[in-house]
Amino acid sequence: MSNNWIEVCAADAIDEEDVIRFDHDGRTFAVYRSPEDDYFATDGLCTHEKIHLANGLVMDNIIECPKHNGRFDYRTGEAKGAPVCVNLKTYPVKVEDGTVFIAL
Amino acid sequence: MTEIIKRDYSLLGTSGKMAVETGLAAAEWYHTDVARKDMKALMQRSDAPAIRDTILWLGSMVLFGGLGIYFWGSWICIPFFLAYGVLYGSASDSRWHECGHGTAFKTRWMNDAVYQIACFMIMRNPVTWRWSHARHHTDTVIVGRDPEIAVMRPPDLFRVILNFFGILDAWHAVIDMLRNAAGVISAAEKTFIPEMEQPKAIRIARIWLAIYVVTIAAAIAMGSILPLVLIGLPRLYGAWHHVLTGLLQHGGLADNVIDHRLNSRSVMMNPVSRFIYWNMNYHVEHHMFPMVPYHALPRLHAMIKHDLPAANPSMWSGYREMIPAFLRQLRNEEYFLKRELPATARPYREEFHGGALAEAAQ
Repeated sequence: MSNNWIEVCAADAIDEEDVIRFDHDGRTFAVYRSPEDDYFATDGLCTHEKIHLANGLVMDNIIECPKHNGRFDYRTGEAKGAPVCVNLKTYPVKVEDGTVFIAL
Repeated sequence: MTEIIKRDYSLLGTSGKMAVETGLAAAEWYHTDVARKDMKALMQRSDAPAIRDTILWLGSMVLFGGLGIYFWGSWICIPFFLAYGVLYGSASDSRWHECGHGTAFKTRWMNDAVYQIACFMIMRNPVTWRWSHARHHTDTVIVGRDPEIAVMRPPDLFRVILNFFGILDAWHAVIDMLRNAAGVISAAEKTFIPEMEQPKAIRIARIWLAIYVVTIAAAIAMGSILPLVLIGLPRLYGAWHHVLTGLLQHGGLADNVIDHRLNSRSVMMNPVSRFIYWNMNYHVEHHMFPMVPYHALPRLHAMIKHDLPAANPSMWSGYREMIPAFLRQLRNEEYFLKRELPATARPYREEFHGGALAEAAQ
């Protein structure tokens, strides 16, 4: 598998248990830093109503949409109940030399 | 000259189709700028305030209901049932609402438990209304899209008055429950409830129907209306407070706009009403940032009030502007109250709202 690694930001640009928005090539992503200091990435828009998840709240391993309370496990993209029914697409993430990369 | 097109509030009607075509539906709404750090702090969940308020709420119901039963047969029971009724038929409205957003408690099962209890009391199917309310937040007061517009244009004031006693709402709720219990989801409901969720709505309706059948059977067996005074009827005789506060949320304001400062109203209220209403008097703030829990809304209000129309100082003030607006809408349904912004606010986006603002009240 040939991943195209794209630089996102400095690792410390994302607070622990938080998320940022990352736009690239006309697409939008959400990049997360978990309470365990691991990094993850998903599509940036909620599968329910296309709201930017980066404005939502990260609680443990859950991202909650800021509009309708849709919740996903951002590690797997799994939708955790109404009003979201469709899982989020996830992307591989790596941290090298203090920089976060996402594989697209 | 602007052509006046009659509003079609049906979710399957022409106004809804037009809203989709013009981009009014599922649009990007205006938000006041709030620093991410501050918004994160405001959105933080906590169990403590809602546990305290729920103990107070349900504990008061047990107390007032118990005293009402004790004094049953005497006039003394009336004030106790009036208090019980408001807690049942009005406080349940805000609990249904806040727990539906998932923001009242930090712990998910607590939200879900109180949500189910409150939905039963307010007679709103927890599945149907979760989806209906999601649509209300996506398309707030967009005609033909929002299923929760309380007062349509021109206003049906007789219907509004009846709802102070829950009459039409409860009637429709019973019809919906019977229809759902029979396994039927209406065409309008299908527009906002995903297919996979529909069986849940049917299951809940059947459980509720069983509860009401048992309650009615108990009343017949006891030869007393008391079981129904405790379960079911408080949705009628206790509804007045949630209608009193709820009408203020959007009544008389703009429709078909995508800025909550134009179509929602914040009103300062007394502490008792704020307890019953769970701070939904901060309604512009709630719509702009629905994931901020009820207990943090006063802090959010303080943080963004520079960018919002001034809150009405009292319910009285709200009604003094809203009722004349309703009366004027009887003659001219294009009329609405324009919320004036303070000098510190970012202006309304004329590119979206120029036409509406030009038609607003002078």
